Amino acid sequence: MNARTGGFEFRKELFADERDDDLNEIGKRIRRQDIEGHVTGRSPFYDDHLFDGLLHMRCVRSPHHHARIGRIDTAEAERMPGVVRILTGKDVPQNLNTLLSLLDFGLDDEPVLSVDKAAYKGEPVAAVIAQTEAQARAAVKAVRVDWQPLPHVLDPEEALKPGAPTVCETYPGNAFVYHGKYDHQKLRYGDVEAALRQADHIVEGRYQMSPIEQAPIETCGAISAPEQNGRWVCYTGTQALFFSLGTASKVLNLPSSRMHFIGGTVGGGFGGKVDSIHEPLSILGAMLTGRPCKSQWDREEEMQVGAPRGAERWYITDGVMNDGRIVARKFTGYFDGGAYTRLTSYAVIKGVGHLPGPYTIPNVYADAYCVYTNRTPATAMRGFGITGVDFAIEAHMDKVAETVGMNPIELRILNAYRDGDMKAHRREAKNCAFIECCQVVAEKAGVTISPEARAASSKTGGGGERARLPAFTATDEHGRVEGFESGSYARKGGAPAAPGIPAELTPDRPSPPTLPTARPVETPPTPAPAPTTPDQEKPAARTPQRRSGAVRFSSISGFRRR
Amino acid sequence: MAKMPVTLTLNGMERAGFADPGQNLLEFLRRGLGDLSPKYGCGQGTCGACTVTIDGETQLACLVLAETTEGRTVGTAAGLANGAELDPLQTAFMDHFAAQCGYCTPGMLVSARALLDRNPKPTREDIIEAISGNLCRCTGYEPIIEAILAVSEGRTGP
Amino acid sequence: MALHRGRGFAAINYPIGMNLGGDPSQALVHSNPDGKFTVALSAIDLGQGMKSVTRQIAAETLGVPIADVYVDTADSDTGPHDMGSFASRGTHRMGNAVIMAAKEARSVMLEAAAEELEVDASDLVTDGKGNIHVRGAPSRTITTMAAAQAAQFKQGRTIAGRGIFLIPLSDVNPETGEMSPVTTFAHAALLVEVEVDDETGEVAVTDMQSAYEVGRALNPGLVEQQLRGGAWMGMSHAAWETTEPYYPDRDHGAVDFNHYLMPGPGDLAPHHISVLERPAADGPFGGKGPGEMCANPVLPAVVNAVYDAVGVRIDELPVTPEKVLRGIKAKGGARPRQAIQSASSAKQENF
Repeated sequence: MNARTGGFEFRKELFADERDDDLNEIGKRIRRQDIEGHVTGRSPFYDDHLFDGLLHMRCVRSPHHHARIGRIDTAEAERMPGVVRILTGKDVPQNLNTLLSLLDFGLDDEPVLSVDKAAYKGEPVAAVIAQTEAQARAAVKAVRVDWQPLPHVLDPEEALKPGAPTVCETYPGNAFVYHGKYDHQKLRYGDVEAALRQADHIVEGRYQMSPIEQAPIETCGAISAPEQNGRWVCYTGTQALFFSLGTASKVLNLPSSRMHFIGGTVGGGFGGKVDSIHEPLSILGAMLTGRPCKSQWDREEEMQVGAPRGAERWYITDGVMNDGRIVARKFTGYFDGGAYTRLTSYAVIKGVGHLPGPYTIPNVYADAYCVYTNRTPATAMRGFGITGVDFAIEAHMDKVAETVGMNPIELRILNAYRDGDMKAHRREAKNCAFIECCQVVAEKAGVTISPEARAASSKTGGGGERARLPAFTATDEHGRVEGFESGSYARKGGAPAAPGIPAELTPDRPSPPTLPTARPVETPPTPAPAPTTPDQEKPAARTPQRRSGAVRFSSISGFRRR
Repeated sequence: MAKMPVTLTLNGMERAGFADPGQNLLEFLRRGLGDLSPKYGCGQGTCGACTVTIDGETQLACLVLAETTEGRTVGTAAGLANGAELDPLQTAFMDHFAAQCGYCTPGMLVSARALLDRNPKPTREDIIEAISGNLCRCTGYEPIIEAILAVSEGRTGP
Repeated sequence: MALHRGRGFAAINYPIGMNLGGDPSQALVHSNPDGKFTVALSAIDLGQGMKSVTRQIAAETLGVPIADVYVDTADSDTGPHDMGSFASRGTHRMGNAVIMAAKEARSVMLEAAAEELEVDASDLVTDGKGNIHVRGAPSRTITTMAAAQAAQFKQGRTIAGRGIFLIPLSDVNPETGEMSPVTTFAHAALLVEVEVDDETGEVAVTDMQSAYEVGRALNPGLVEQQLRGGAWMGMSHAAWETTEPYYPDRDHGAVDFNHYLMPGPGDLAPHHISVLERPAADGPFGGKGPGEMCANPVLPAVVNAVYDAVGVRIDELPVTPEKVLRGIKAKGGARPRQAIQSASSAKQENF
């Protein structure tokens, strides 16, 4: 690369004693295996599989942020040219799911095609299947939905206030319930309030990460078709083949052995192709029509109903000494999950595990909320759970540096985590290289830093006192949520999750309709191959509200039911 | 409405098919003629993934009615190679790691080839202008610009 | 009216793989009749180079040339389970699974070769060029092709291997947040230079200097792709993109690429990249995952640089001209700080 583009160099002298650089293939700049297909246009993306008689599926979507669904009248649309079938929620065998149910994390909260109400603008309530895309688009416009708009809430902090409209009935308080117990995930390490009182300076900040579209050039989609022996083949742009297969298996109530998923050559993902929206829909279309069926977002849908990187709002309060040492750091974080959980509940825990960033700070506190608002559900994007809080932390570090009058690179090296240090999630740091990255950039950019900062190393100066857990950690029970079974997300024997949910809104669903099948459904689906410890039995997909019985590997949520 | 017969020259071969009324050239090439190298990225003429040449000029196939290409000459990325021999641009893209997911690559190569055909010695600014209608979400463009510059300067290899 | 230059710094670490574990990857490796190897996976290549990096890992472990290995991925009938391509997990998780599978296949290949050479398999080495020979005696040799054919058509052995990598799912303490998030962290530091136009509020990133620590760059070409493209995306996140420009209001959302803004090829900044490698104890050949962390330091570095240039803190992304102008107005004009200038770069252009 020339001077205009910037260089690319290795700093092999750093950590050289920890590496064997004498390898045959590793470390070589070898052409990509897939590159010839890419430059000739022969790489097989999901939409590059041609099927005779392909049908096109397009969804009817809510024009409101929040509205009850009255009658859905498809009569006129069904008579339009080329229309083969129109699907509504009653056609979906298990019309309630949460993506992380494959990890037994969270309650089923999101319909495939909504029946009772729509909780965001763009929520699908029906799917038109027609012979051409143009015919499907025309018929979508002819579906009449009797919408009854409801009050909505778009700001996460507003959503947590008493009296805010309930976005998702599964979580009436508009916050995901962690461990069946709290409306947020806690991080408590040391005594932040005491340390803040003793600090020379208090530095406060509020940071807002924007919602962002993954914007892969290939939009999300899938093509499904009848295969043979009662199986369906699905060509998909998923980022996670078995995740999508497991999701389809669950919502279609179909054993995974009866589906054949093919993908792996994907036109960009960046996190937006984990949600597994199109795979079950297109398979359902193929099942109910007996023909190949494509579900694909156009660019507008990709941008506005495809789940974005959710907005995050972080409040940070630091206690800093005159010499630049940060002695306390307190966070309050609001992850805007949109109308349904998808993966946001997971991102919150990931974000909390990341705090307080790559620094050794003796007192750390965080409350992080997964909040429901009447917007498009959020999902993963490159850096999920981390990018937003890194923006907050590193913008905040600049303010800390200014407050104490320190070079911002020196400030980071001074507070950097080193091998052997105790982190706020109570595990020892190892394999650190943060200081060295800072030093290399300072040197390259001609920024003068102190001799101490230049001499610092990730390998020395850590551990010892810095490896000790705090003598005292202040804990509390604020944010306690009642009505969710203690230690569990599951509801007691199918009873309503929490007081105050109108009966008509409890997300129980009618029995699954019988699908046209070449042979009977033998067993309930096993959503995804789980680690094979014998006691890690998965819940049966058809009884999502009753999770009593076996012990499951639900430790991500901190409980084990018996 | 009746389908329209369309005969055109695609990558040097005469091809014929029937286009639906209102069908765009992208869909006609892909589903009608089986040339899958132009890609659907937006259908709005804003991403460039469907870039083709019509009578030597770059066009966005999603914005062209298939029936208007009757008798015309269309070029796509599938026709860049000369038989088994890749176009130097294709080789340079391979050597310079100028593609990641590969989805924008066919359209990008068509734009780059059209540039070099009309201006074999483009400046960096010429290249930027020529590919500015082709969006790439993976590479940050720099390796693409480098690959095109390498070909124009007669450099081979990584 | 003036263009103001500023520099901003940020540094990060990044967890590799799904938080708390519970995200297995599996791989199958087998030899074809002529000693070429197929690696069967269900991993997804969405541009990050999954097919290529696993191919190199398999070749290195098997001890055969890269040309003798082909990765076939993402057919649920033939590829074993993989959690998916996200959370910077591909290289780390799947790389380890491929090593395990390739080691098993290699051991059968060496046993077959040992039988042909009438030596002990533990005395055999591969040269990475398609030959197996006795350690210290290169003349006592057999090609991997001959060994594979002997195994399959004479000895009745299957040269195949199975691999899995799993960090079992672990708990989070509800009261303290105690947890084991991941085993491995990547690192990065980055300094950007910006030019801020105090008349239009426009921010241009003019230069990026970075250091990325990736454990080991298994393929420098693939790593450079991630770092260069990822930093571009970070720049885009910082100053261009959003689905909702007036968040939390949902109005003015983009529906096409004319309104969803990203830097084009004319908006690039030179990016000077340095790669550090501190191998991860449990990474494949020490590799971590560079794919996500590359964007992260750019966002805060840009807002810090804007403050350095004009004295305006933008704490809400993206840094739009409107926000910059409103900030400058509130300050009664640009207030350059230029706190981390190098000796040669402190200057301001007046018009």
